Amino acid sequence: MTELLEPRAMGQGLVRRDGVAKVRGTATYAFETPAERPAHCALVQATVARGRVTAIDTAAAEALDGVLAVVTVFTAERLASVEDAELAALQTAEVAFRGQVVGLVLAETSETAREAADLVEVTYDEQPHDSELRADRDDLYTPEKVNPGFETDTAEGDVAAAMATAHATVDHTYSTATYHNNPLEPHATTALWDPAGDGFLTLWDSTQGVHPSRATVCQVLGLPQDHVQVVAPHVGGGFGSKGTPHVNVVLAAMAARVLPGRAVKLALTRQQMFSLAGYRTPTIQHVQVAADAEGRLSAIAIDVVEQTSKVKEFAEQTGVPTRMMYASPNRRTTHRLAALDLPVNSWMRAPGECPGMFGPEVALDELAHDLGIDPVELRIRNEPEVDPETGKPWSSRHLVECLREGAERFGWTGRDPRPGVRREGGWLVGTGVASSVYPTMRMADSTALIRFEAGRYAVEIGAADIGTGTWTTLPQIAADALDVPVDDVEVRIGDTRYPIASVAGGSSGLNTWGSAVVEAARAFRGEYGTDPADGDEMETGVDQAAQDEDHAAYAFGAQFVEARVDADTGEIRVPRHLGVFAAGRIVNPRTARSQFVGAMTMGLSMALHENSLLDPRSGHVVNHDLAEYHISVNADVGDLQAHWLDEHDPWVNAMGTKGIGEIGITGAAAAVANAVWHATGVRVRDLPITLDALLPSLP
Amino acid sequence: MDAEISLRVDGQAHRLTVDTRTTLLDAMRERLGVTSPKKGCDHGQCGACTVLLDGERQLPCLALAVAHDGAEITTADGLAPPGELHPVQQAFLDQDAFQCGYCTPGQVCSAVAVLDEVARGWPSHASTDLTADPELDHDEVSERMSGNLCRCAAYVNIVPAVQQAGGRS
Repeated sequence: MTELLEPRAMGQGLVRRDGVAKVRGTATYAFETPAERPAHCALVQATVARGRVTAIDTAAAEALDGVLAVVTVFTAERLASVEDAELAALQTAEVAFRGQVVGLVLAETSETAREAADLVEVTYDEQPHDSELRADRDDLYTPEKVNPGFETDTAEGDVAAAMATAHATVDHTYSTATYHNNPLEPHATTALWDPAGDGFLTLWDSTQGVHPSRATVCQVLGLPQDHVQVVAPHVGGGFGSKGTPHVNVVLAAMAARVLPGRAVKLALTRQQMFSLAGYRTPTIQHVQVAADAEGRLSAIAIDVVEQTSKVKEFAEQTGVPTRMMYASPNRRTTHRLAALDLPVNSWMRAPGECPGMFGPEVALDELAHDLGIDPVELRIRNEPEVDPETGKPWSSRHLVECLREGAERFGWTGRDPRPGVRREGGWLVGTGVASSVYPTMRMADSTALIRFEAGRYAVEIGAADIGTGTWTTLPQIAADALDVPVDDVEVRIGDTRYPIASVAGGSSGLNTWGSAVVEAARAFRGEYGTDPADGDEMETGVDQAAQDEDHAAYAFGAQFVEARVDADTGEIRVPRHLGVFAAGRIVNPRTARSQFVGAMTMGLSMALHENSLLDPRSGHVVNHDLAEYHISVNADVGDLQAHWLDEHDPWVNAMGTKGIGEIGITGAAAAVANAVWHATGVRVRDLPITLDALLPSLP
Repeated sequence: MDAEISLRVDGQAHRLTVDTRTTLLDAMRERLGVTSPKKGCDHGQCGACTVLLDGERQLPCLALAVAHDGAEITTADGLAPPGELHPVQQAFLDQDAFQCGYCTPGQVCSAVAVLDEVARGWPSHASTDLTADPELDHDEVSERMSGNLCRCAAYVNIVPAVQQAGGRS
């Protein structure tokens, strides 16, 4: 058990420290880094989905006034490591997916760079490609592990036997679409290669983690860590797509090395982000649920089929939440992959939990209806006493309380369970519920330095603020750990010149960096007491040995949605959406609320709008821009509220935090789908829910 | 082909040479070093670059610089003198109407224009009466702000921020 910090600054809704710069637009993002006479880089992408580049004619491009260099797969420097094939930029003439980078142009201006990139003539030996995900493919395979290292399959008891003998069963296939992270700031880098001595590479990069990014770049380019600096004070959103470096960073570094001493700017276009910056695999989820007449589960199973790129395996852990969410004596989870000639899929907000809380949470709604049990009550009846997967006790679990408080706040009580019977004007009205979950994680590697400087405390750590509020919340933790007013703390983040920090991913950022800061503060006070001298400093890392291993640690939540469907057109609106979360201690209610509502809205977006449409003939996402890849806009969001319980968890870390960046997206789409069903009586099991799926069957 | 043009950005006069293909956005970001307007899509689809061009909200990524010789542009950074904030900016801070901040300067410029458009009585798709003075209610604000995408999805905070700045709490 951990002695939790006494909250003084923590718990206060302080205004963002970077807020003034952001509302004025003066916060500097990667591409905007001031540089003397920077060169602009534009990319040449493959126009075939599979094949081999046989020739590249660069003459016309090179002849263009203002072009500084053209680099192709035939002329690029050889990288030190091509182990990660996604990052092996310009190392092979083989084309593995449409949109793969086969060349780059450097020019005096962005206009010239793009024109020159268009003038590069690439000849291909095109080969047939395979880009269609189907559950009935005969070449599905079993990955060794699923992201980031979970068992691929689990089995307990006998699901088939339970299904055969149960009072009620649900047995359906659900699917989620392909989603692209689409942070508003495109992936961008300003890169500078200083050739003096052994050379020094500076990357002002849009990344969720400067140290992980540096480690990757060093490995790929064969550079020692002390010859590379990565800087990212402000990041325009990531949602996972800037969590693991993609090829654009490597290309920017290679481009900089072509023009030593001169800064190079490379920003992906919005269109390029659909092939080069990761995405979430579509999933096909066969879900089986069996229960007795009281709704107690005797079996729950999810068999997932999804895709990976042939370039690099990424197995989304979609089945994982089914392993721990509800009590059941019989349980099965499996993952099978189709390896396709497509861009590399990767992390997107709550990988695993996000798609994995769709199918099962809709199936439970179907079960509740079949049994005539309220869907809130059904979930409460299946509350497990201990973690079903590990048998460990929960560090804290307040799903039932979230369901109850959410039902109260939403006005769920007395809900007419019948679907498709409420009409208000021309609208069919319904309500739905689903649970949310996200594991509480802490990374092993993070170190903080605390220095007493001119009467204030400077805290340095290479952490990231991708909009999450780190600039503001880390000082709150440091202030409480040092027992000083928060205004006496200055935090410096987003630069590899500060001590190592883990990635802003897995909702682990504050859990990890905050732990490092607390350790450093305690060590500082132990060494220097409460009256330090100017310049006294202490650097300490997270204490991995102190990490509790005896409990299962998760954040939980419940989401309630009111859906309205136009009885004539099938148009779907969500006027009310309410979430209640139990996610440990909330460090800053102002920024925390923004994270919860933001993720819930992304879940709404997933439910109704987002859908990357792949044309299997071309291996290409045809709606690859923000006009056609629809995300929720302001007018799509109604009365959307996030609430939380005051949860005290002494096991997770010294702050008592569980991480809040991702849980809000989990379960949201299921709650919308369940509400749409309740409004219309039409059960849509495939996302997104669009009016064409409803129209033929509206009452 | 190059052309020489004049721009006045946030009160400062500039004389610059641009490629005739240069957008007004790139002229600001890549020639003048004015990076308050953000590039999110370069196709007029996200609204991140929204500025006030000759007093109205416009998307400089869809405008060629050479076609705007002599234009007067106000970015979010020019809405208030250094050290001060425009009421819309203050409201965005108060309501935490952003997270990553990348769409924010565009949202702020849009909001300033929305308040002006409402004051001038311009109706929107959400207006029930096209001739009445529009109210700054939720539907009016959310409709008028829907040209500005926010992937962090601060929408539920942006609406009250615009209302606060418009004097309706």
